[in-house]
Amino acid sequence: MKQINRRRFMKFTGLSLGIGTLYRVIPALGADSALGGFLADMRRSNGESMSPFTFIQLSDSHVGFNGPPNPTGTAAFERAVEVINGLPQTPELVLFTGDLTHDSEDKDVHAARMAQFRKIAGGIKAPKLRFVPGEHDAGLDGGILFRENFGETHYSFDHRGIHFVGLDNVSRAKPEVGPEQLGWLRNDLARFPRTTPIVVFTHRPLFDLKPDWEWFTSDGDDVMNTLAPYENVTVLYGHIHRDHELDDGHIHHYAARSLIFAFPDPAVAPEKKPLPFDKEHPFKNLGLRTVADGGPKTKPQHALAVNNVELTLREYGGVNGIQQLLRKPSF
Amino acid sequence: MDKNRITLFLQFCVALLAVACLVPPRTAGAQDPPRVVEISAKRFGFTPNQVTLKNGETVTLRLTSEDVTHGFFARPLKIDQEIEPGRTTELTVTPQAAGVYTVICHHFCGVNHGNMRMVITVTE
Repeated sequence: MKQINRRRFMKFTGLSLGIGTLYRVIPALGADSALGGFLADMRRSNGESMSPFTFIQLSDSHVGFNGPPNPTGTAAFERAVEVINGLPQTPELVLFTGDLTHDSEDKDVHAARMAQFRKIAGGIKAPKLRFVPGEHDAGLDGGILFRENFGETHYSFDHRGIHFVGLDNVSRAKPEVGPEQLGWLRNDLARFPRTTPIVVFTHRPLFDLKPDWEWFTSDGDDVMNTLAPYENVTVLYGHIHRDHELDDGHIHHYAARSLIFAFPDPAVAPEKKPLPFDKEHPFKNLGLRTVADGGPKTKPQHALAVNNVELTLREYGGVNGIQQLLRKPSF
Repeated sequence: MDKNRITLFLQFCVALLAVACLVPPRTAGAQDPPRVVEISAKRFGFTPNQVTLKNGETVTLRLTSEDVTHGFFARPLKIDQEIEPGRTTELTVTPQAAGVYTVICHHFCGVNHGNMRMVITVTE
């Protein structure tokens, strides 16, 4: 196949908004014959070629939480919905990576919190919303309440040539996926060519980020080994309430920020303790950052600003980030 | 006491001495049972919340829960255990390096689960 410059024909952007992350998959369809050949090869290899779309990841809204680290409760979540609905391009898909609610010992209270989450999330004007649980949603009841509201805690679906896999690493109470789900994952992936773009979304990190803060998944290595043969894998997760990126060989991991409060950097913080609330800047710890990935085409742009939520456009270059979805297939 | 009885008694003493000589002397650590450290879990903490062990010393951690199932996890100490209520869970640990190790509950047990932890200090 003719060599092509991927940056010329496709552009991935991640919009770091503090309320989550917007990912854009933008094949710049044009007259480049190499591009046409590339997409044809993708179609032949994977059965479906990718086409432009955007999606958003939201995480850790903890509906029901109201304490010193954030006395405003669901304000950030509701603001996130406003921001998403105000985007010039409506995202086709919104992924929620767990801790939708804050747990309660009282089942009725927890159910009410789940209902409140659904009400707020239901305001998002996106055609497709998908959810995986966090330990606060499913750790105590094994996922019963979550299933009543959203269906299975792990599943997969295809969207515009990308295979999305929602993994549950919380409902066994311990930070693990478990052998049954691992078996399901192997079977689910077995039907796809190794070039298929795969996005895994889950709650806890699938690697040892900070085990003594419970930032790990016991059998995360088994998940990674299952994904290893696939060339285009991106993992999106939450749980840690802060940004984090890891380039683990050809698999890239991205954490979304929380919608309730932020945790400090474990590399420097002596203990796991939420960052204090700043009433002058109630969304400060939830985002507001300018991101550059260091790629040659990186050019942060202020896409829009809504009061205390600033949005910063992050444009990925050809070697970093979710553009891994667009890696040239090997034939 | 007649001569036969004296001879018999002496033979018994010699045999007892021989048996005693065959039994190796007790050495500290080799024969003593491991020291037992009892730790109780209850939402959302451990009692005691600090324990000091010696590097290389084998100890038995005797773990109990007063309420629900908890976890007991410290990756550097190779500890990955669940503590179920109503039974005692014993765990043998031999620290291999001095240091301060955080042990967490890694079985979700409620809203403040994330703060349930204790410290094991290993001294030289």
